[in-house]
Amino acid sequence: MQLYLPIAEVSVNAFLLLGIGGIVGFLSGMFGVGGGFLITPLLFFIGIPPAVAVATGANQVVASSVSGVLAQVRRRAVDFHMGLVLLLGGLCGSGLGIWVFARLTALGQVDLFVQLSYVLFLGLIGMMMFQESLRSLLRARGNAPVRRARVHTWVHRLPFKMKFRASGLYISVLPPLMVGALVGFLAAIMGVGGGFIMVPAMIYLLGMPTKVVVGTSLFQIIFVTAFTTVMHAVTNQTVDMLLALLLIIGGVVGAQLGTQVGVRLKAEQLRILLSLLVLAVAIKIALDLLLQPAELYSFTPGRLP
Amino acid sequence: MTARIALGLALIAALWAGPGARAETIVAGLSQNAVSITTNFDGSEILIYGAVKRDGPVTANKPLEVIITVEGPSLPMTIRRKDRRHGIWINTAAVTVDSAPTFYAVATTGPLTRVLKDTDNLRHRITIPRVIRAVGLTEEAADAADFVLAYLRLQDEAGVYRVDQGAVELLEETLFRTDVELPANLTDGEYRVRIFLTRDGRVIDTQERVIGVRKAGVERFLFNLAQEQPLLSGLLSVLMAVLAGWLASTAFRLIRS
Repeated sequence: MQLYLPIAEVSVNAFLLLGIGGIVGFLSGMFGVGGGFLITPLLFFIGIPPAVAVATGANQVVASSVSGVLAQVRRRAVDFHMGLVLLLGGLCGSGLGIWVFARLTALGQVDLFVQLSYVLFLGLIGMMMFQESLRSLLRARGNAPVRRARVHTWVHRLPFKMKFRASGLYISVLPPLMVGALVGFLAAIMGVGGGFIMVPAMIYLLGMPTKVVVGTSLFQIIFVTAFTTVMHAVTNQTVDMLLALLLIIGGVVGAQLGTQVGVRLKAEQLRILLSLLVLAVAIKIALDLLLQPAELYSFTPGRLP
Repeated sequence: MTARIALGLALIAALWAGPGARAETIVAGLSQNAVSITTNFDGSEILIYGAVKRDGPVTANKPLEVIITVEGPSLPMTIRRKDRRHGIWINTAAVTVDSAPTFYAVATTGPLTRVLKDTDNLRHRITIPRVIRAVGLTEEAADAADFVLAYLRLQDEAGVYRVDQGAVELLEETLFRTDVELPANLTDGEYRVRIFLTRDGRVIDTQERVIGVRKAGVERFLFNLAQEQPLLSGLLSVLMAVLAGWLASTAFRLIRS
């Protein structure tokens, strides 16, 4: 069934859109990432104009995150205190990020910058996660005692300590604020919710238990992507509600199924799968930059800035 | 004095063109003069037909030809080219075309080289390269012409610019008809239909019609909302997302219990 999308101005198969929403929602529910880094390239691929894809993708992420976070709340796997602290940092970071994005747009190399940061951050984080989770998976198989890093570093000597009961942490609010700001900054520049940076940062930098990481990450992604959606709607009028509706219907169902599967998997398995997914996207974008494209020319409506 | 000379020249030109040639005019019709883009819009086909009206019998010995063009609303276009810099492929050069139609179709009764002379093409802007306005291109890049050629090729591959030579049927040098297919990804606006009669490659009469392409129903409502109430539209989108997320979560909990 073909559907004409009012803002994107293209006719697309409705079931294809439901399917894309479903797959991204499934991964989102399973790993606690928003899926922005997947849905935007997928929409490009089926011929949605980039500006519409970025804005509408963010809107879909809101829905799948709400769906996912509610499932996590019932399992008491959301640390609201930590979420709010991260969000506070995130909003400051994204404000700065939007300013830098505008500066880069004026310079005319924003596409390249976005692609390079995708390769750099996805590649780096994917590799780190893959290495670590593979090691702990092998260790668990060998029945060796699992050591948790309880080393006191400079992080634990910072002031403004706060108790995060759901995470079982008693640490300074400064590291989560900084992590939130960093993620918010990158998210604004790369046009994603930032879950794929947030999840490893919470595990490795803040030492949060994997059990609460997914829910807490989804919780703060809701706000970041809702903010992004409204910003895009106001400044560029590029949120396509009909496109969003189809992606959302697929997405929320997928997110529920994904959460079910996620619960059954071991934390190490979950992390190794996420790292492989992140690495795959990074390699794909890197190849696009390195290999000679089949078509050198491209065109967009509008004048040069 | 000069006016009299001009009048005399015009008279000579009219006589030289022959009595039959000037007396042929187009009477044309369209199967529809409005296209509504609704949710299930998947392209549309427009029948363009007509007849040639004459005062007397055909005297010219060259055959009559018909050219029909359909032109969508024009936009400025930026064409970019990738180059290898420091091992990676990035957009390095760009050229802006001032005005390029978002859709263009040419249908003729025969090969363009036979039915249309270059001078008349230039005057009436009939073929696609003649329609695209590219003023001051050379200032932007040395090989600006390559950019425009690449653009024409891309639009041709996408089926947006098309030339159908021989797609117009002409019966007894009087009745003509053709079907023009409008693609699914139409931009809304006024679509200009032009019909040209030619003999020996020279245009002897033209007619113009307009097809209004408009979004309708839900499409129109959503488009207008996004344009006129952007904040409300953004908030509604987010609300829709939150509601859908909550609904799915509640539904799944009910299914499981």
